[in-house]
Amino acid sequence: MQTIIENLQKHFQVVSYHQQRENLGFLIASKEVAVGLITHLRDYEGFAHLVLLTAVDWIEDEHFQLTYLLHHPEKKVDLGVRVMISRENAEMYSIHHLWEQARTYQRELREMFGINFPGSPDVDKPFILEGWEEIPPYRRDFDTKEYSEKTYFPRPGRETHDPAEYMKKKLYPNE
Amino acid sequence: MSKKLLKWNEDRTLFPEKNSEGKIDVDYDSHKFMKIWHGPQHPGITGNMSLELTLLGDEVMDCETHVGYLHRGFEKLMERRKYIQCFPIVCRVAVPEPDFNEYCFASAMEELAGIEVPEAAEWLRTLVLEMSRLQSFLAWIGGQAGSLGQGIIGQWTIYLRDLILDRFEELTGGRIYHMYMLPGGVRGLLPDGFRERMTQNLDDIDKFMKDVKKVMFDNYVFKKRTVGMGVIDPAWINPFGITGPNARAAGVAKDVRKDNPYLKYPELDFEPVVGKDSDIYTRADVRRRDLLMTVDLIRQIMAKIPDKGDIRAKTPNVLHWKVPAGETYSRAECTRGEYGYYMVSDGTEYPRRINVRGPSYTHAVALLEKMIVNANIADVAGLMVSLHTYPPEIER
Repeated sequence: MQTIIENLQKHFQVVSYHQQRENLGFLIASKEVAVGLITHLRDYEGFAHLVLLTAVDWIEDEHFQLTYLLHHPEKKVDLGVRVMISRENAEMYSIHHLWEQARTYQRELREMFGINFPGSPDVDKPFILEGWEEIPPYRRDFDTKEYSEKTYFPRPGRETHDPAEYMKKKLYPNE
Repeated sequence: MSKKLLKWNEDRTLFPEKNSEGKIDVDYDSHKFMKIWHGPQHPGITGNMSLELTLLGDEVMDCETHVGYLHRGFEKLMERRKYIQCFPIVCRVAVPEPDFNEYCFASAMEELAGIEVPEAAEWLRTLVLEMSRLQSFLAWIGGQAGSLGQGIIGQWTIYLRDLILDRFEELTGGRIYHMYMLPGGVRGLLPDGFRERMTQNLDDIDKFMKDVKKVMFDNYVFKKRTVGMGVIDPAWINPFGITGPNARAAGVAKDVRKDNPYLKYPELDFEPVVGKDSDIYTRADVRRRDLLMTVDLIRQIMAKIPDKGDIRAKTPNVLHWKVPAGETYSRAECTRGEYGYYMVSDGTEYPRRINVRGPSYTHAVALLEKMIVNANIADVAGLMVSLHTYPPEIER
């Protein structure tokens, strides 16, 4: 893995690298170089399999972290490419031309985190949600409890009891 | 009707005519095309998803996969739960194989926290994962046969699956969702007499699978409908993220148990089952042979599993456990391919982000949409089931 990172550093600016375990490492690259770096990893280093593409919302730092997890089928190692993008104008370059399934990941990230991938096929088409009007639900500032209380009314005929009080009344009604 | 209309061109790639961009002009007003929904309520669909098909006659021209019918926001829910409270949630991500979720979640957590699992617990986890694979394969074989009109196979294999569910109930207390694996180990040792009962069940499965082979795999109709149908080009494996039996049937020996060994798999004797022709029949046959290999693996595990020993490492109080900050990815080989959990911790009692990587995510969307074009409407169910997809792991 160390050789691969050294090779990468000759061509791209790698902000930092962390070896999680023997066959898994994570590096941080800037938004501008990320797609070139991922293409290089796929075409020259042999990371042919895109395991997943997902996002983490670091709301306190006002950025999203995109994680592209790549797998090397021959060397059996994984490399996670982490890219930080601003929450303000959440937009990233598309990689749908590199892997067919990337467009599905990007469509999901657009819907769930509100991260745009201009040029990615059907990126604005609803994927899982239908008629969603709130802020993207997987963002940290989306309050699931508030949403469900607002959207789903308590069904009539249901009461909530304090268990201790309720059992006392049931078991010892005359006390 | 003129003779010209009845003329049949054997080369289906020329049909219908494509425009200068190589695409078909779908014009519904021409009354040649029809749009139908295959699912979400349809016996030939796997779980709650639907395919929006554009047909010309009985041939599929275009397909779009729709998911979201079972979205419960698992990944978001987990951000609001303590780690231990996530265990009843994770197993519900994939009903056919809940144990892979438990294993991947627990092992990712253990890696971040630096916890070593006792050997007996590792053997028990390996056993449970293989049992899970076995019952999932049995359910799938019934589904594949049923999608092509052989209902009886499903009745046999669901009976066999129930035998394994009995063993699950005995070992874990639950038939479908087990919550048997916990951070640091497992909940219990093998009950008395478990080995004997399991051995008997495995013998029954071996016996029945010979009948399944005769009735299903040697059946003329089954062969006629599956040989040469729904071929996955080996060149698609990496561009489409294909893993598991779908890749192995194309001759690519991808198996996480061999490629990135975990638990006690390095101590077991097995080779990934591969096929050559990559059609529906080969995928079904790879799964049948994989099932028999799983039966063999369970026998090997039963011979090596210790009767006594520690089954749980010492962990902090699970209700106030602050998992050290960091991120990792844990994977395992389920019946459908690579199953994985990407876990990010910010050092608090709650996970910062969990992302589930289910094999259906790639198989049921990008791959299925490509494969299904030019298929006959009668083969859609068989083709879809042959990919062994499961929608909740797409929408999590």
